[in-house]
Amino acid sequence: MKHESVETNAGLLIVLTLAVISVGGLVEIVPLFYIDDTVEEVDGVRPYTPLEQRGRDIYIREGCYACHSQMVRPFRDEMLRYGNYSLAAESQYDYPFQWGSKRTGPDLARVGGKYSNEWQVQHLIDPQSLVPESIMPGYPWLAETPLDMSDLEDRMIALKRVGVPYSLTEEEYERNVEKYGEEHARMFDINRAEENLIEQAQAENFDGNSATITEMDAIVAYMQVLGTMVDFSEYDDGHFAEFR
Amino acid sequence: MSQAATTAGAAPAASVASTEQYNYAIVKKFAVAAVLWGVFGMAAGVWIASQLAWPFLNFDIAQITFGRFRPVHTTAVIFGFGGNALFATSYYVVQRTCHARLWNDSLASFTFYGWNLALILGVISYMAGITQGREYAEFNWQIDLIILVTWVVYFLVFTMTLLRRNQPHIYVANWFFMSFILATALLHIFNNIEVPVGLFNPQSYPMFSGVQDAMRQWWYGHNAVGFFLTAAFLGMMYYFVPKQAGRPIYSYKLSIIHFWALIFLYMWVGAHHLHWTALPDWVSTLAATFSILLLLPSWGGMINGIMTLSGAWDKLRTDPIMLFLITALAFYGMSTFEGPMMSLKSVNALSHYTDWTVGHVHSGALGWVAMISFGSLYHLIPRLWNVNLFSLKLVYVHFFLATVGIVLYITAMWVAGIGQGLMLRAFDQYGNLAYTFTESVVFLHQPYVVRAIGGGLFLLGMVIMAFNIFMTVRSGIKAEARARQEAIEAEARTA
Repeated sequence: MKHESVETNAGLLIVLTLAVISVGGLVEIVPLFYIDDTVEEVDGVRPYTPLEQRGRDIYIREGCYACHSQMVRPFRDEMLRYGNYSLAAESQYDYPFQWGSKRTGPDLARVGGKYSNEWQVQHLIDPQSLVPESIMPGYPWLAETPLDMSDLEDRMIALKRVGVPYSLTEEEYERNVEKYGEEHARMFDINRAEENLIEQAQAENFDGNSATITEMDAIVAYMQVLGTMVDFSEYDDGHFAEFR
Repeated sequence: MSQAATTAGAAPAASVASTEQYNYAIVKKFAVAAVLWGVFGMAAGVWIASQLAWPFLNFDIAQITFGRFRPVHTTAVIFGFGGNALFATSYYVVQRTCHARLWNDSLASFTFYGWNLALILGVISYMAGITQGREYAEFNWQIDLIILVTWVVYFLVFTMTLLRRNQPHIYVANWFFMSFILATALLHIFNNIEVPVGLFNPQSYPMFSGVQDAMRQWWYGHNAVGFFLTAAFLGMMYYFVPKQAGRPIYSYKLSIIHFWALIFLYMWVGAHHLHWTALPDWVSTLAATFSILLLLPSWGGMINGIMTLSGAWDKLRTDPIMLFLITALAFYGMSTFEGPMMSLKSVNALSHYTDWTVGHVHSGALGWVAMISFGSLYHLIPRLWNVNLFSLKLVYVHFFLATVGIVLYITAMWVAGIGQGLMLRAFDQYGNLAYTFTESVVFLHQPYVVRAIGGGLFLLGMVIMAFNIFMTVRSGIKAEARARQEAIEAEARTA
């Protein structure tokens, strides 16, 4: 076929172009849904509680991903600085993923439990008060804004649609009990979403203000769970290497 | 060769007759919008660059903090400045090379309002905290739908115009524009498959999570660079470089080969943004391999563009528009060499997550995309209004400000990126980490100041361009009014 026939036929140009640009994506993306090893089986990874998920929504709203990654790479310096390298399984309930592309600030994949709630709250309100050299903006409004819970159930239902195993029926609830234990399964019950959120926020009182549940409660709850779900001491060194 | 030669050699007769023959009104709108978005988007860029150098500039105001304002900058420059420039030039080029008027004036006009409405809504919603959190695709789902409809109409207008051409051949620039339209549609649709929380709720959750979502996003992200910011601008290059040089494209064969190779290879390389992550190694290795291969068609395009000037190199001494176009190609060559190098896993281990990436993006975005657009707009706008450019001297001033600005910007980012990368992986004699993360932040301050200055110079050039274009358009409108007045008077005399 002479190239002239493509140049003189717009339909042919369109069809051939579409064919040529489709190959790369098909070869590289489609298998990721079918190769089982892509997301490894790990104990401990669970969906976010309603409070944590709302915190995650706020993390995304503020564009934290513009400066913070959530992906520890398998290098000696990163493992010393941040902890074990990240597993695919650890972000399997991340809709959307927040691996990031730039570290203007440090990686946050394993920030959970590294600092106290009080430190996180103070740092979010005024980062320079704790780290004078920091160039992070302050987020004082998080502590002042009550958390919006009006569309909480709708959010969880949307998340359930895309694949998070939150439960609506008794049957789904029982399945969660079996998989995550009763305490967690209760948290994943959409029917009692608001109750659950309030319960967790009041029990742990992340922002130190027990009068209202603020956005600060939510985002600190989220950050404190980041990277803490998998207990790496249970696995041998090199166990996860085969999945890489 | 013949078809390339005829279109490139055609006289630029932009007479009253041609404004009827062609739909210039729509091209004018997009061209002016491109300049306005350019000023706004680059100002937003200088603003966020300054926030990194002097963090007090965040002022504790939610709407303008770095995290919310960065997508305002990226959206305004990529889709506002770049997008409007592409609409303008593609509508102009497809008409002139097909010798046919653009199909359907009102639908063409619809693309203008649809596109710019989506962008304005996007900017407002990011500041309000409504975002999908997907880089370069932050638009929430309702805006995504506006973009989708606009894009389908764009495809229709462009294709229908191709079908009514009075030329047997479809000129090479239009192949590139077509591939850009098709690929952007594919990327936009697939990357935005999402489930809304409610009909009137701007929030949605994406269909996929974690590793699959990451792959999808960077397949999108890199091809936004590959098709939106490269293939489409090559389309621009294939018309405006031969036109401004007054010579046919260097090699017709090379344009065929590099077109097909470029659009095939680009779609494979997105995963190089995910080296060393939880993405399976086989994908990122494939992506790195294809990234290296991509050097060949990229340089094919650069060589084809630059060599078009062979035998007319003296134009670089006398024609500042040519300077813009050729410097753009030089930067294109440089950043398409740097890119494959950074996609090597060992280099990427150092460069990823640092400002080196930011510098690389800007050597492409400022050096290639913006400069080829500046050159094309300086060529285009006087022809649209049928006047001379207000000041060629100001084009020179713009050129030097832009070039110095880019050099400062990318050098600062090389220092920042490589410096931080090395600091973070350094160990002391006892095998402990040599630096804390905070120490690397302190180190970044000076490069960040230099980057803000470089960006400021580039913005200043853009403002001078806006002034130059404003004066040009104003004289064009005045001349038109005068001509109309004279015609009426002449008619009155004869009657």
